Amino acid sequence: MSEEKNHYILDVENLVVRYETEDGVVEALNGIDLKLEYKQTIGLVGETGAGKTTAALAIMRLVPDPPGVVECDKLMLDGRDILNLPASKMDEVRGKDISMIFQDPMTALNPVFTVGEQIAESLQLHEHLPEKAALEKAKDLLELVGISRERANEYPHQFSGGMKQRVVIAIALACNPKLLIADEPTTALDVTIQAQVLELMNELKEKYDTSIIMITHDLGIVAEVCDEVAVVYAGRIVEQGTLEDVFNRTMHPYTEGLFNSLPKIKNRQAMLKPIKGLMPDPTNLPKGCAFTPRCNYATEACLLGQPPLRHVSDTHAVRCVAYDQPGFHIERGRK
Amino acid sequence: MPENILEVRNLKKYFKTAHGLLHAVDDISFSLQQGKTLGLVGESGCGKSTTGRTILRLIEPTSGEIIFEGKDVNRLSKGEMRKVRKDMQMIFQDPFSSLDPKKTINQIISEPIRVNHILKNKHQIEERVLELMETVGLAERLINSYPHELDGGRRQRIGIARSLAVEPRLIVCDEPVSALDVSIQAQILNLLKELQTKMGLTYIFITHDLSVVNHFSDEIAVMYLGQIVEKAPAEELFENPLHPYTKALLSAIPIPDLNEKRARISLKGEITSPVNLPNECRFANRCFECTEICRREIPPLIEISPNHFVACFGVPGGKG
Repeated sequence: MSEEKNHYILDVENLVVRYETEDGVVEALNGIDLKLEYKQTIGLVGETGAGKTTAALAIMRLVPDPPGVVECDKLMLDGRDILNLPASKMDEVRGKDISMIFQDPMTALNPVFTVGEQIAESLQLHEHLPEKAALEKAKDLLELVGISRERANEYPHQFSGGMKQRVVIAIALACNPKLLIADEPTTALDVTIQAQVLELMNELKEKYDTSIIMITHDLGIVAEVCDEVAVVYAGRIVEQGTLEDVFNRTMHPYTEGLFNSLPKIKNRQAMLKPIKGLMPDPTNLPKGCAFTPRCNYATEACLLGQPPLRHVSDTHAVRCVAYDQPGFHIERGRK
Repeated sequence: MPENILEVRNLKKYFKTAHGLLHAVDDISFSLQQGKTLGLVGESGCGKSTTGRTILRLIEPTSGEIIFEGKDVNRLSKGEMRKVRKDMQMIFQDPFSSLDPKKTINQIISEPIRVNHILKNKHQIEERVLELMETVGLAERLINSYPHELDGGRRQRIGIARSLAVEPRLIVCDEPVSALDVSIQAQILNLLKELQTKMGLTYIFITHDLSVVNHFSDEIAVMYLGQIVEKAPAEELFENPLHPYTKALLSAIPIPDLNEKRARISLKGEITSPVNLPNECRFANRCFECTEICRREIPPLIEISPNHFVACFGVPGGKG
């Protein structure tokens, strides 16, 4: 048991989340296993509605209930079971052991408090620092994310988008969390600012040995900051592996489709090959593999049942029944 | 040599604000040939959307000429403008807020047909709507649906069908795929390209996404604080960027390919406020190649090689 504790910062088994609404049951997450080693960054990639954010909220135990119903076999953070922690204890974990960077820095900050106060808040709460010391530390944190300490007394509206996101990062890092969940942290930012923020995150990761879950729809960002990738589709991980596994030895047809949908910088004449159709309705998921209606390789076998996660190497796993036939390979892998 | 469908000369749009004059678009000129696509790229606040809207005269320009098919758009009366506007349409960024939630698809797409008296007979109008829906890949059964019943990709298709309804020749596409998921984004980009080939449409494609613009445009103009800092054929711009800002922008794109490692030029700071700009190169504050002359005057846009224009004192041959 203690060995395991040393191995994984986060260990999730069979995480299921559904939202029971008047219009039906939304099957947002349908059994996700996630093991994250210390100091590693994993990218959760997928499109709108795939369940990426729900996964993050479930790990933080922030899924609204009702309508949310969370079922999980195991939820361990740094060797500690947080699945059954009472709400008051969970408040101590959030912001201290796990923290989250939200997508939209414009709405994540409170407009009526100065940025210094907002950073200091979690220090006072979790580290029990007196107000003055907390403010002082907040200024150090501002400097760490590249904002001069004098600006601690300013309000969010006096900052630009990129600066606000830096403040949000400073808040998330204030108590030196063991696990940081970043939910599309650069989506609302311009490319040059995005580059600055990603650089900052990479720097801080080195400095503080933080483990990170990076939620994004952008495979380019994954290539830049992640060690591992999990591709999520309709609430399931369909392919998981190291960066090299997923980018250079792609196995799942959906992952291939994502790559083919992106315009190539080097070959601008190449016609885009979009994935046909749309994401399935999570209140009415197809039987069997949820990707079947959009998949170019689909056969009848795909509709029979949920494809199991097949481990092709120690690090690489794929959820696709086509690999039952020896010699099957998607086009991308063939080159 | 095909004729230019659009010529923009010294276009300026200033907004009066409480803090001073905001230079949204500051003296830009370009021309566009029939059937081609010009990509306007830049970060938020660089004036690319204002440029697009001013060209359609949705915003009145402060000064400058917009010559569309030989007519100066700014000099047209309201009635004349109405006729011209049929030929120039716009596709908006947000397919969630650019469609009237109280109208059905049928009403949305048929509105421009009715308003412009293109067809009068009810049956003809409905036939035309169905035809347009087919063109953009919307199933016939959706004709009486409301926008909220549809996903982003389908809504964007409605926006496209609506703009095609008046058979325009020029379409300003303002970030048409930014709000969409990648797999849907590719569907819409392919559709726009197909329509261009089929109908000979001319596009002004406004975006912040350089990989999309590279894929889509014949020519690209990079904007910074209301000015064009570099303009070149797409391939040339990506292979041989000259302006420091273009170089930094290109190096900032995250590339989903592990075998491609690039040196990143990281820019300090952010785009400055376009209010009360000093008389110096707009990019000087963030530039890594800034010299003393850049602080004294605004560099002119100069043709360095055929069709490759750049506004930078640091580029050899670009010192005016």
